[in-house]
Formats: sequence, structure tokens, C-alpha cells
Amino acid sequence: MALLSKKDRGLILDPLADNNPITIQVLGICSALAITAQLKASIVMGISVMFVLGVGNVVISLMRNIIPSKIRIIVQLVVVAALVIIVDQVLKAFAYELSKTLSVFVGLIITNCIIMGRFEAFALGNGPWRSFLDGIGNAAGYALILVVVGFFRELLGSGTLLGFKVLGDPIAKTGLYAIGYENNGFMLLSPMALIVVGIIIWVQRARNKALIEEN
Amino acid sequence: MEHVELFFKSIFIDNMVFATFLGMCSYLAVSKKVSTAVGLGAAVIFVLAVTVPMNWLLDQYVLRPGALTWLGAEYADYDLSFLSFILFIATIATMVQLVEIVVEKFAPALYTSLGIFLPLIAVNCAILGGSLFMQSRDIATLGLAFNYGLASGIGWFLAILAIAAIREKIRYSNVPAPLRGLGITFIITGLMAIGFMSFGGMLTGGDEKTEKTDEAAQIETITQDKDAEEPLAEVSQELNNK
Repeated sequence: MALLSKKDRGLILDPLADNNPITIQVLGICSALAITAQLKASIVMGISVMFVLGVGNVVISLMRNIIPSKIRIIVQLVVVAALVIIVDQVLKAFAYELSKTLSVFVGLIITNCIIMGRFEAFALGNGPWRSFLDGIGNAAGYALILVVVGFFRELLGSGTLLGFKVLGDPIAKTGLYAIGYENNGFMLLSPMALIVVGIIIWVQRARNKALIEEN
Repeated sequence: MEHVELFFKSIFIDNMVFATFLGMCSYLAVSKKVSTAVGLGAAVIFVLAVTVPMNWLLDQYVLRPGALTWLGAEYADYDLSFLSFILFIATIATMVQLVEIVVEKFAPALYTSLGIFLPLIAVNCAILGGSLFMQSRDIATLGLAFNYGLASGIGWFLAILAIAAIREKIRYSNVPAPLRGLGITFIITGLMAIGFMSFGGMLTGGDEKTEKTDEAAQIETITQDKDAEEPLAEVSQELNNK
């Protein structure tokens, strides 16, 4: 990290914990919840958002002095939409099955509040390099929550990680299943994503009392 | 028949918030008070009911493979569906702007109550999600598209109304400190989503007759819901006044 100054390092590291986009800033929850039933989908979604947010932040930051402030939302939407089309086409070409699983949620990166939020809050007022770091940092914070939620939901829900049967085979009764362990199919249903994120928030705020809300 | 089925399916079974998590950001941010929640919910219903049919026309006559046949036989091979994201979001952004101007001009009272929420809506995932689901579910006619937009909006409205009422109440209870605010809202939403999953069995299977009784039951539950919700809202209103 020698090539980053202390301030720049903060841009990347803060969003990972104390200023996490999902648990603290409450941005970009929609997609975070819907696609986390599998770890693989969570990782791909995290990478896609990182690409869109990193590149988008740089583009907006380069254009920040020529965008009229009245139509900036539309300009931002066009930039994001163009980047998301690239991601969508790449996914369709190289990971077709996965793009079917993610279905409309790739398109919904456009309206992911993290992206618009970072454009508004950071890229419009800072240079390209710092905006890039901010974009990568925030996307990494987002991806981190996605991966944690995806990890628990896939492990407890279907007993696999990235498709590998880490807990043994439920049909042949090997591994943990031999002593009577059962998969909790409930974890695969969408409401559990909300509850898992709720628990993550609980743990985080219990560890760092400064984050506790008034009400 | 088709219309009634789609209507109830979009409100309860495929509820935007509880089944697909669309529009969660504004759902969490604007649900602290019932009155603001009602304003945003109404704006969402309105914009969804306008943009989904618009995007349906766009999808049908410009975007899908073979949609350009009306220009002439040589255009039949074009497939512009990769452009749908950018066109849908452009439609939504312009419609929101247009709606804002029209409402400001002709209904100033409505504008002051909805005003601040309208620009927010352009980046609400529920709106773009409505159009994208309309596309991926192959909604057949313009009427059905309108119905789908309207019903999804109503579903979203019900969800935000319910959580806002609960959050007003929960202020008087003793929630563990780290869970206060965001954490408990997530967990309550999760529990509500589990509750909404029980609607899942309503429209599946059976012949014509059983479907009808199902619908009658649904209508009953809806009226009951209304009855149950209204006093709740009134009570919280009273509490607010105090």
C-alpha cells in the first residue's frame, strides 16, 4: 500500500467496515438481498458492481465540470446504463447460466442506490483517481456483505459452497449428514436474506457502540 | 379473469418488496412516518402505472426480435433487446420529469405532498424492476401491462404503509440497542415477507370453481386488511398528535 497516501487508503478501507454502504449508509439493498442464495452469484454480482462503480465514478468525475447540474441525474443514468449493458452482454457471452440466475438484477444495477449515491456524494466533487478509489472501496464493502450473506445462505441452505458439497452428500448420507444433520431449506427462501443482514447489522453495532442509532 | 388473476398475483404473491426486494432503499429510508410513506407509495403507484405500459409499447414495437417489422419486411431480423436498459431508464426518467411538471401545473396541492418524492422515484429500483419483469415475464397485452404496473404499485404501497405503521409503534418498545433503527426494521421485514409467502398457495391449481372461491376469500382478506390497518393508522396519528 506504499503507493497510496493515508487519506487515499481511508477511501478504500472505510467502506469495508465503519462506513459500509449496506449496513451503515443503507444503500443498494435491493440487489444485495435477492441474489444471495448462492455464493457464486453473490461474487459475480460484487464484481459487476465494482466494475460499474469504479469506471462510472471515473467517467462522472472527468465530466463533473461540464455536466449542467439540472440534468445531472439523466447524465448519470445514461453513463450507468451504458456500463451495465457492457456487463450484461459480457455475462451473457461468458456465463450464460449465471446470467439467467441473476435475471433482471443485472439490469437493476442501474438503479442501485450505491451507484447514484457515490456519484452524487463523491464523484461530482473529486478528481478521477480519488473517485476511482472511492468507487472500488464502496463496491468492495458492498461485495463483502454480499459474500458473507451468500456464504451463510448457501452453506446452511444447501450444504454447499460454490457448488462443492462441503458438508458431505445429503443423499448418500456421508459427512455431517451421517450423524443426522439436515439442510435448512428455509435459508434459501428470500425472507432469510433480510434476517441474515439484520443479524450482521446487530453484530456490527454491538461491536462498535458508536454506530448505534437513537431510535 | 386473466386480469383479476394478474392483479392479485402482483399485489400479494409477487409483492415487489417481500418477494423480489425491489425498492428496498426508499422503503427503508422513507418509512419512519406513515404520512410520508403514504405520499411516496402513491407516487410509486402512479409512476408504475404510467411507465410499465409505456415500456411495454417500446418493447413490443422497437426492442424485441422482429419488433421492427412494422417498418418494412427488411427490418424483421433486427434484435435491439440489448438496448432495453438504456431505453427503459430514459423513458422512466423523462416520464418522471413530465409527471412532475404536469402535476405541478394542474394539481399544486398534490404536488406539494408528492413533490419531493417524485425525483427520488427515477432511481427507485421498483420502477425499473417493474418494467424489466414486464419484459421477462412476457406480459401479453397493453391492458395487462397497465394492470401489472398498477397492481405492483399497490403491493409496494401496502408494504411501505405496513412497515411505517409498525415503525411508529416500535418507538415505544424496548429494542436491544444495537438492533435499534435499521436492524430491527430488517428483521421485521423478513418476518413480514415470511407472512406474505403464505399467499403463495392462493392462485395455484384447481378448476374454475375453486379459483372463484379463492378470489372471494382474497377480497375478504383485503377488506379485512383495510379494516385492520385504518384504526392502526388512526391510533398512531393520535399518538403523534399527543
